[in-house]
Amino acid sequence: MSFWQSFLRNRGAVAGLAVLAAVLLLALSAPFLFSFDPWDTRGAPLQPPGEGFALGSDMLGRDVLAGIFHGARVSLFIGVVSTVFAVVIGVVVGAVAGYFGGLVDDVAMRFTEFFQTIPSFVLAVLLVAILTPGLASIVIAISVVTWPPVARLARSEFLALRHRAFVEAAVLSGVSHIRIIFGEVLPNALTPIVIMASLMVATAILTESALSFLGLGDPNRISWGYMIGAARAVFRHAWWLSVFPGLAIFVTVLAINLVGEGLNDALNPHMRRRTDP
Amino acid sequence: MSRVWKSIAFAAGLALSATTVAAQAPQKGGILNSTLWPEPPGIVIGVNLNAPTLLPATKMFEGLMTYDFNLAPVPVLAESWEIAPDGLTYTFKLRRNVKWHDGKPFTAEDVVFSFNEFMPQVHSRSRPTFERVKTTAVDAHTVRLELKEPYAPLIRSFDTLSAPIMPAHLYKGTDFRANPINQTPVGTGPFKFKEWKKGEYVHLVRNDSYWQAGKPYLDAIYYRFIPDSASRALALETGQVQLAAQTDIEFVDVARLGKIPGLVVTTKGWEWNSTISWIELNNRRKPFDDPRFRRAILHALDREFIRTNIFFGLAKVATGPLHSSSPFYDPNVPAYPFDPAKASALLDEMGLKPDGGGVRARVKLLGLPYGELWSRLSEYIRQALGKVGVQVTLESSDVAGWGSRFANWDYDMTTTFLSMLADPALGVSRTYLTSNIRKGVLFTNTSGYSNPEVDALFAKAAGSTDEGERKRLYSQIQKIVAGAAPIAWLVEIQWPTIHSAKLRDAIINGFGPNDSFADAWLAK
Repeated sequence: MSFWQSFLRNRGAVAGLAVLAAVLLLALSAPFLFSFDPWDTRGAPLQPPGEGFALGSDMLGRDVLAGIFHGARVSLFIGVVSTVFAVVIGVVVGAVAGYFGGLVDDVAMRFTEFFQTIPSFVLAVLLVAILTPGLASIVIAISVVTWPPVARLARSEFLALRHRAFVEAAVLSGVSHIRIIFGEVLPNALTPIVIMASLMVATAILTESALSFLGLGDPNRISWGYMIGAARAVFRHAWWLSVFPGLAIFVTVLAINLVGEGLNDALNPHMRRRTDP
Repeated sequence: MSRVWKSIAFAAGLALSATTVAAQAPQKGGILNSTLWPEPPGIVIGVNLNAPTLLPATKMFEGLMTYDFNLAPVPVLAESWEIAPDGLTYTFKLRRNVKWHDGKPFTAEDVVFSFNEFMPQVHSRSRPTFERVKTTAVDAHTVRLELKEPYAPLIRSFDTLSAPIMPAHLYKGTDFRANPINQTPVGTGPFKFKEWKKGEYVHLVRNDSYWQAGKPYLDAIYYRFIPDSASRALALETGQVQLAAQTDIEFVDVARLGKIPGLVVTTKGWEWNSTISWIELNNRRKPFDDPRFRRAILHALDREFIRTNIFFGLAKVATGPLHSSSPFYDPNVPAYPFDPAKASALLDEMGLKPDGGGVRARVKLLGLPYGELWSRLSEYIRQALGKVGVQVTLESSDVAGWGSRFANWDYDMTTTFLSMLADPALGVSRTYLTSNIRKGVLFTNTSGYSNPEVDALFAKAAGSTDEGERKRLYSQIQKIVAGAAPIAWLVEIQWPTIHSAKLRDAIINGFGPNDSFADAWLAK
């Protein structure tokens, strides 16, 4: 059964993919559909959803719908970019540890465990506060707190593959360690890492929202977490300010998780039985 | 019911309740519950000067006087006073029937000790005032204050917040800050300290031997620590507390609470505090060194929008360096109405032409990190200045970081607010005097504005005891400073006090909830 066939058999994954595509479309179309600055006052403040503003306006008369469209850009950007960074760090550390073993493995794993012992959200808050809130510092903070599980996963994959015949053959024929790690072993270890990464995007989006909710977001970029955080004080006056961005986060994170599940089912041959009775 | 009708009915209700209040005689008894947040580090004024310290402390301690809504002196521990025509000698007659909470009599010795020793040593805000003064006891109930040169703000420095009278017999010869009596304060005020349950409340009880016979009316006051603003609002709604003030309730919630029958919102009682919020502009940096740029900023801001939508109406557009409640306030100063076209014209005149992206200048705004209201303000300023081509990037920080960058002049623009106090020589001049440009110290002349003419006028006004002359001098200052616009004044914040309609005569002077509450009573 091909990858797509098994992926498409999972209805949840298909729905998730559709929603994710829609969110991506939201992000891409924001500058065209809402060509104005989402921070601009567009009308009377605190208007409920209706004729003037489809999803209402906030305390400064800003358009909630425009905020959701533009906010999608920040959420997706941070989700993807910080995951890429985390995966790169994690794979490098894990690959080196698993491939070389011995002292190198010990050092790398103790280093990884050091990060794992600190509660990750507290560390993220601390990092953002120290680096002063901004897009770059949020990406750094999320990457720093999310790479250790990737490293452990990569290490276990490398440990398993390290003494397989094709690796030994490559070593004997004098191929450099770097080429073996990235050219021979990594492609065979990639599947579980990709699945993990897809789920990490969802976590990263949630973490960004939580940081923004606490006022540690980039103050110059509108994001869903920021919108909810700003609406907290007026929740009893204007429910629409927190509900719509909250729904956006919920739906997006759910969709990513569904897609991740689908990938897992489609890519993991041992798990195929789950959808193949 | 339409909004108009609601407000008419509301006004009629107010008028009605005002007449009934006047007709009713105070009733004795009852326990007042008030919110207090955050929990103060201590409840002795001077040793601590945080806003939450003041609420319970002002019920236990008293000054020689207090100041009414117009900041005119009202006698408290001083029966009467006389100022020599040269303005160098002040003689106070003290009340004779006053006792400390521990039963010892209050005498001139206590005043001499407080002014000569206690204030200069621990009260950082009043230290400069009382360092100018030498206090001596003429007899057991008369004190004389002598100055080397006239100092006009002295007469507005005798309230409980600025100069509480402390018991000499308990403090003299001790380390004032470490004295264990700070944990169980002894004052002359209408309420005595009973208990401080950490994390829960401060409990004060009626002083039965208070010098005003028959007062206070309340049996006890509980200051309850409620950490969350939504819970505080709920406590008011359900009647668990009868009083909340200043920052206790989110501004957005105040109007809603005001509509609830049985609750009253007032913005009176903050005349002494008189807070102005402004954008501090670093006059050392380009383009802020050009007054045209600073005026352009003021013209670009719709301060009426800020008043209505960010401060939710609990503010008044500020016109210049003085608060409108000051007796020296002059409204006839250069004004900066909302006029983006004028702002653009000023920027054009400076030669700041828009580039391809419509940007004339790029500046940074360090927002005051005091919560949502201040974040909204920063966001609004960014959008409004962006409209005239001044691209603002917001910088965020924590409170300590904000204070340190602000004090060390490491900012382009920052939002802030400051109390103007009872006299311009105490609360206003500190922001504009050249001699007060002190790197590293907050709430000094941080903008770097310097004008020898203004310095001379401030010095003359502080040294004159002729109120008419002072008024003329402060008018001149206001015109010059408002014209130069060294900082961008936004609004006068009208701190709200929200209380149960049953609580009467609580807000009776310029100190609002920081009055002694000797006259406050609860209707049955």
